[in-house]
Amino acid sequence: MAQTEWPLWEVFIRSKQGLEHKHCGSLHAADAKQAVQMARDVYTRRQEGVSIWVVPSSAITASDPDDKAELFDPAVDKIYRHPTFYELPDEVKHM
Amino acid sequence: MYTQAIDLPGKEPQPDSAAEPDSPEQARFDAKLAADQKIEPRDWMPEAYRKTLVRQISQHAHSEIVGMLPEGNWITRAPSLKRKTILLAKVQDEGGHGLYLYAAAETLGVSRDRLVDALHSGKAKYSSIFNYPTLTWADIGVIGWLVDGAAIMNQIPLCRCSYGPYARAMIRICKEESFHMRQGYDALLAMSRGTPAQRAMVQEAVNRWWWPVLMMFGPHDRDSQHTGQAMKWGIKRISNDDLRQKFVDATVPQAELLGVKLPDPKLKWNAERSHYDFGEIDWEEFWRVVNGDGPCNRERLATRVRAHEEGRWVREAALAYAAKQRAREAGQAA
Repeated sequence: MAQTEWPLWEVFIRSKQGLEHKHCGSLHAADAKQAVQMARDVYTRRQEGVSIWVVPSSAITASDPDDKAELFDPAVDKIYRHPTFYELPDEVKHM
Repeated sequence: MYTQAIDLPGKEPQPDSAAEPDSPEQARFDAKLAADQKIEPRDWMPEAYRKTLVRQISQHAHSEIVGMLPEGNWITRAPSLKRKTILLAKVQDEGGHGLYLYAAAETLGVSRDRLVDALHSGKAKYSSIFNYPTLTWADIGVIGWLVDGAAIMNQIPLCRCSYGPYARAMIRICKEESFHMRQGYDALLAMSRGTPAQRAMVQEAVNRWWWPVLMMFGPHDRDSQHTGQAMKWGIKRISNDDLRQKFVDATVPQAELLGVKLPDPKLKWNAERSHYDFGEIDWEEFWRVVNGDGPCNRERLATRVRAHEEGRWVREAALAYAAKQRAREAGQAA
């Protein structure tokens, strides 16, 4: 058999109802079903989760750290996107 | 459990030959470390930093996996169902810790198979402590109390390690280690309130484990070849001797409460230093065990290799089953 190492999966756990799934690590498993079972054993031994997502690591497209400036710097000088940019008269009170 | 890897013999990390010392990448990397920011898997990093991390994280993972063996030895002989379920949970945790750590090492671009091969071929080390035998039930309590106690001492600073995936794995591990230590101390407390024979068993186990546990912190600072660079890189935060001292200071009152004597005639409170003084470690024994000649080195490694070999058909069958399922689904779709 050419492939001997089980594929890598990224594991996302919803820690409680109402919260988003959050990345918590990765593991090797032969298929998706087994990946969920193993994620249960590896990452939720103490009720850390109520729901699990597994995604083949190879299916993730990530931004390149070298593109960080290009991608994220344009937001740096757009401070008018934040509510604190606007100084309103005290009479307005809460807005 | 814990790693001595940073101090064990291996190739000294060399300054990077590929990147110029004043390259923009190196400058960005240095600036991140200076600002106490984390380095993440896809960030540029010096090759020596990467290699040091692969070595340390994988050897830490190996320690967790091999660390299951001395305790697994007692699962079927635990004195009650309660102690048995606790021990099962603890050994399962150790397996989990190994997996978090292998996963963290793999983010540095090295495959799991290669890491496991390095352990099985004897190229990679694991903590010397697991090369000692667990002769009585009291050993299981002592491993929780002292071995995991020493591990916690060592691992808490690793939660602030500069490499993100390693630091995150360590945070998960430290949360779980606290249970390990407390269950061990609890088991020993139960024995210390038992018969004279049980109390003697606790004392005898402490006598055997105390010095090997102090060795877990690695060589003296003056003999620790990798410490300087590892400190600069934010991989190591506190020196071996400082951690060892911290451990001794924390452990002495716990031993008193337990009613056991730590086997060191030189152990004494030093009011001037506000620390306990303690005797000299047998470094010859340390290096002998590290270099493969401890009481159980061969047995531990042989057991690991056998388990891996005997599990091969399971790994292959799972892959074959997954391939068959995929083919079947593709057939249905067509």
